[in-house]
Amino acid sequence: MSVSETSGRAGRADWLRDALPKLVLSPSFALVLIFVYGFIVFTFYLSFTDSRILPSFGLVGWQNYTRLFSLRAWDIAVKNVLIFGSLYILICCVLGLALAILLDQKIRAEGFIRTIYLYPMALSFIVTGTAWKWFLDPGIGLEAVVRSWGWTSFEFDWIKSSDMAIYTIVIAAVWQTSGFVMAMFLAGLRGIDNEVMKAAQIDGASNWALYRRIVIPQLRPAFMSAFVVLAHMAIKSYDLIIALTGGGPGTATELPATFMYSYTFTRNQMGIGAASATIMLMAIAAIMVPYLWSELREKK
Amino acid sequence: MGFLDIKNATKSYGPVRVLHETDISVEEGEFLVLVGPSGCGKSTLLNMIAGLEDVTSGEIAIRGRRMNEVRPADRNIAMVFQSYALYPNMNVAQNMAFGLEMHGVPKAERDKAVKDVAELLQITPLLNRKPGQLSGGQRQRVAMGRALVRQPDVFLFDEPLSNLDAKLRVDMRTEIKKLHQKLKTTIVYVTHDQIEALTLSTRIAVMYGGYVQQLGTPKEIYDNPANMFVAGFMGSPSMNLFPAKVELENGQAAARISLVDGKSAILPFAPGNAMASQEGRKIILGIRPEAITDEDGADRNSQAIHKLESVVEVTEPAGSDTFVVTQLGGKEVTARFRADVEVRPGDSFPFAVNMEKAVAFDPETEMRISG
Amino acid sequence: MATAAATTNAGAGSAQVIRTGAGSRYVIYTLLILFCLYYLLPLYVMVVNSLKPLSEIQAGGMMALPDALTFAPWASAWSSAQVGVEATGLRPYFLNSILMVVPAVAISTVLGALNGYVLTKWRFRGDTIVFGLLLFGCFIPFQMVLIPMARMLGLMGIAGTVPGLVFVHLVYGIGFSTLYFRNYYQQFPTELVRAAMIDGAGFFTIFRRIMLPSSGPIAVVCIIWQFTNIWNDFLFGASFSDFDSQPMTVALNNLVQSSTGVKEYNVHFAGAIMAALPTLFVYIVAGRFFVRGLMAGSVKG
Repeated sequence: MSVSETSGRAGRADWLRDALPKLVLSPSFALVLIFVYGFIVFTFYLSFTDSRILPSFGLVGWQNYTRLFSLRAWDIAVKNVLIFGSLYILICCVLGLALAILLDQKIRAEGFIRTIYLYPMALSFIVTGTAWKWFLDPGIGLEAVVRSWGWTSFEFDWIKSSDMAIYTIVIAAVWQTSGFVMAMFLAGLRGIDNEVMKAAQIDGASNWALYRRIVIPQLRPAFMSAFVVLAHMAIKSYDLIIALTGGGPGTATELPATFMYSYTFTRNQMGIGAASATIMLMAIAAIMVPYLWSELREKK
Repeated sequence: MGFLDIKNATKSYGPVRVLHETDISVEEGEFLVLVGPSGCGKSTLLNMIAGLEDVTSGEIAIRGRRMNEVRPADRNIAMVFQSYALYPNMNVAQNMAFGLEMHGVPKAERDKAVKDVAELLQITPLLNRKPGQLSGGQRQRVAMGRALVRQPDVFLFDEPLSNLDAKLRVDMRTEIKKLHQKLKTTIVYVTHDQIEALTLSTRIAVMYGGYVQQLGTPKEIYDNPANMFVAGFMGSPSMNLFPAKVELENGQAAARISLVDGKSAILPFAPGNAMASQEGRKIILGIRPEAITDEDGADRNSQAIHKLESVVEVTEPAGSDTFVVTQLGGKEVTARFRADVEVRPGDSFPFAVNMEKAVAFDPETEMRISG
Repeated sequence: MATAAATTNAGAGSAQVIRTGAGSRYVIYTLLILFCLYYLLPLYVMVVNSLKPLSEIQAGGMMALPDALTFAPWASAWSSAQVGVEATGLRPYFLNSILMVVPAVAISTVLGALNGYVLTKWRFRGDTIVFGLLLFGCFIPFQMVLIPMARMLGLMGIAGTVPGLVFVHLVYGIGFSTLYFRNYYQQFPTELVRAAMIDGAGFFTIFRRIMLPSSGPIAVVCIIWQFTNIWNDFLFGASFSDFDSQPMTVALNNLVQSSTGVKEYNVHFAGAIMAALPTLFVYIVAGRFFVRGLMAGSVKG
């Protein structure tokens, strides 16, 4: 660009004007660059060091990773996140879709019902955890209540059982999120071109066939979004476990997020903690990066 | 040097050149229309004049001053957008005054300018309304008002009528033309509608594929299209283009064309036509529908009316005229008959061809063979 | 965004076409009401039990309405319950949360609006990558930044303080704010910006006079999302606060998990409702915007 006719001062003003949008964006970008990507690099680096209670920079190669994979606690955490994640995603999707289809039948007071289904999403997982913790507690919660009603042999002590406690996390998490998944599917249903449905109806499709053959296949984007959101929430789950079971009984409900926290900050095994965080990041990136990529690609 | 000069201007996005070397010089008070199908580069060129797009090479100058590096705001231009681009949060008066406010014009002056222009455009009762409360036609007027208030050197119009319904579009077209005749402003106007181009402009630049195909007055463009694209694009129904061969008939140049039944016909060119030197050459003959008529409807002033029997395929009554489709040179050809001519599909019918209006193109280059 | 808007547009989509008989409508309504009960159950449990004496709960009366209505658990949770080491109630932590949320939400909304404006109306080479990097920052497992962030807050001298928490939430909230405004401004006609440029308005004038006046709805969405998220956060609060700067969620967890003495379930429930009230309130008065925010965070484009 030629600035031959403009004086130096005007040239600087021009430069400022042209650069202004980027200058405005740059503080945010710099913050994210340092505090997200810089920190990721830092933690990644720590996962190869002998850091214990404080960061230390003696490289130990893959040692943290080999130790991590040999730890029973990590084994449990990974198994738990797989059980929890798959049940959580499956139940939320099935329940969310069912509720969305039911709500899509020209329901009176639809808005009101939707409000009720969705409100748990506004709560903190700590609140949710507290409520379910005591409700599921055999001493005072559901079990005690049912027994007080006369069914004295009734048993529901999953939250105190090493084998079943992980399922109480699923119950609470599904309660919190399924309304949201319902809203996503409902939006998808509302976006379907109803001329296609009219055509199918004229072709003689029953309501059931209409949903199975025409509607649900068109909800693929909503399924995709729901899967990504739920999977990402499952991997990051931390608050709910802390509030509901604290990882217990014993270590029965530890997830990678709680594992990382306790190894890093209470057991002073920062190197292993960093390694576990790195693996969590990899898992999330494997889900989020392709998704963001496809969402952000220029749609021309 | 003109009032607005586009000198050798080009525009590329990366390796893709969307506007090739373009030279147009617009005089003060001219109404230049850039017309072409979508993607032809007309809007890009307009945006380059506005300063909304950089000029890749070449120069845009207004009143002799190079504009390439000048901000849109400092070019003393105003623009009317296709969507009108009225600021939704401001009322009509604020919309019109915004540009003046940005240029530091005192409030009293702004109010006066807005009032004057509002009167001129008869939108005074709308001044306190928000754009959302206006009809399409009213928004269009306000958008023009916003441009007029600035008293710019050059007005830029980007398809301003394309969002209006057919009737309103014709009315606004007339209005814009009146306004131009009254105010003698310099206008560059982009449209894809060739009728708008022909009715409004003092000059037209027909664009296609990033090139200006032809630059000329509406009459030049219509009567002497530079190539087959312009011939086909301008005029409705479009110019008939069909293959023919140049022969000498009694020492005069004539076009031989094949007919449906395997026969052929000979159409002598108008006297003085230079096609005589092209004997034996294959050409594409271009004749507009209104130059192929029923016998009584032929132009009485023409010295070169020739008759031709051909079979009518379809008739399309259009109220004032009837369009009649037949085959010449293996192509469908549309003729324009008077409305009351009795003609039925399947009839063999005498057509009158006005060869004074015929033009010839090279089948390879698609350029007009000047005669 | 388009699909999200459709949520509130009842009657569109498949509902227009499907016809159901009276019998099946009876079934549908029954199911819908049963699920209403399921979603309301924990709330019912919290409210009812926060209003009864501890003895009623211990006697297996968790589902029953209070026999002897009492507000003592609320008073205790608010101002005298043992939270961690001190018996201060949740009040100081509630204030901490407010002091943390207000500036973090305000700053991240303003930055998000400016970023969204730049990324849609002043596009430059590589802008999508910049946006992608900003956005991915919200999805990372924050375990990945806990260790260096703890050190960095120490270096900046704001470790264990409310401003430190504001800073952390700001950094990791920018991505979502930017996402909202970017998606919203993408729909905003660029011709308006061009018209304003020709009229002589500069970068900030266009933002202030043309964009901002039309940004109300998305600003509400963004504020609600950030408010809910930051208020409800636990991980950052637990990691980066001291006893006197803990936010509400951390304090609530301490209250509930404290192992000393008798478990005062009624106080716990009262505290949980207190922690939930601000976000529930926002959800009830502006639920439409809350849902839009949720959807925009997942169903983009």
